[in-house]
Amino acid sequence: MAVAEKRIFRIEIDDRLCKGCNLCVDFCPTNVLTMDGNLVVVKDLDACNGCQLCDNRCPDFAIQVFEE
Amino acid sequence: MSTPAEDVKPLAKKKKKVPFNYSPYVRGGKLPHIWCPGCGHGIVLKCLLRALHTTEISKDDIAMVSGIGCSSRTPGYVDFNTLHTLHGRALAYATGLKMAKPKLKVIVTTGDGDALAIGGNHFIHACRRNLDMTILVYNNSIYGMTSGQSSPTTPQGKISTTGRYGNIEPTFDTCSLAQAAGATFVARGTAYHFQELEKVIFEAMMHKGTSVVDVIDACPTYYGRFNKYKTPTEMMEKIEKEGTVSVKQADKLLPEELQGKLLRGVLYKSDRPEYCEEYNKLVIAVQAK
Ligand code: SF4
Ligand code: SF4
Ligand code: SF4
Repeated sequence: MAVAEKRIFRIEIDDRLCKGCNLCVDFCPTNVLTMDGNLVVVKDLDACNGCQLCDNRCPDFAIQVFEE
Repeated sequence: MSTPAEDVKPLAKKKKKVPFNYSPYVRGGKLPHIWCPGCGHGIVLKCLLRALHTTEISKDDIAMVSGIGCSSRTPGYVDFNTLHTLHGRALAYATGLKMAKPKLKVIVTTGDGDALAIGGNHFIHACRRNLDMTILVYNNSIYGMTSGQSSPTTPQGKISTTGRYGNIEPTFDTCSLAQAAGATFVARGTAYHFQELEKVIFEAMMHKGTSVVDVIDACPTYYGRFNKYKTPTEMMEKIEKEGTVSVKQADKLLPEELQGKLLRGVLYKSDRPEYCEEYNKLVIAVQAK
């Protein structure tokens, strides 16, 4: 039996907490994130692999990734 | 003959990834914290909260004590018993607290300046007594809060407000100092290696006796700016990733390859009588006379 499955992730960014330090953008291995002025935004959700590096390297409790 | 329903095993349900929920541990309405963009202290705090969660110690049984400095702001953001005290004196308060309430899990969050300069004496004597508490030294090699003076861990040649032409003083190695003074658990981690850091903080908290974790993290605002690191990311990569080696890797490296690198991991562990217990024994013995 073959199973094709796609994992889907939801990225929550708290714009009240994000300080725009760029750490999550720089450490994301698949270039999901980018800066829009001083706030991080998602530019390519499909590329997200759910590794949570962005969350673990964010000093500001501002980004979390949930699997749908 | 078996029915088809028995033949078909249900597909094992893959566990969905869920992020760690920090909210039970963060004091309501206290975020955003005051730390600058890219400051490593927030990453250290998150590792600390995850490690505390793993210990399963009740929040009411935890007390977090700090002195003064950027790192010493940590207790203000957490939902435990907290004490924000005087510059360099966190360990004196923590000692009193632990003596009065030995059941509390006491954690001290301090910085390189707070712990090793102004509080240097308290630091060595806390280690010597082997009082059961965990000391986390957020070590960013500079005094952040007071705008970037040299600290006892500013590397030689590096720039600070009090060392405009480069610091000429040799540094303290937090871990060697702690071990020599008598701490019974000594470890180092970095904010970059967040999984390792969470693990060593957990081990430090489970240890009975004085445990010290030297946490290398970044102050982009002063140390970074003065020393020409362009971004917080560059600081994490150059100082924390390239500047350290895990104790496991270190065994395989030549002495010249280890030059200038700090070791990460549990560096020392021993078993020695704990101060509160010894004190208690003395009280019982004297009262029995
Ligand atoms: S979870 Fe991993 S892949 Fe997804 S945005 Fe965060 S760092 Fe990038
Ligand atoms: S790491 Fe955190 S604070 Fe920094 S840009 Fe990303 S979400 Fe914002
Ligand atoms: S001054 Fe340095 S240590 Fe203090 S909050 Fe800013 S970056 Fe962090």
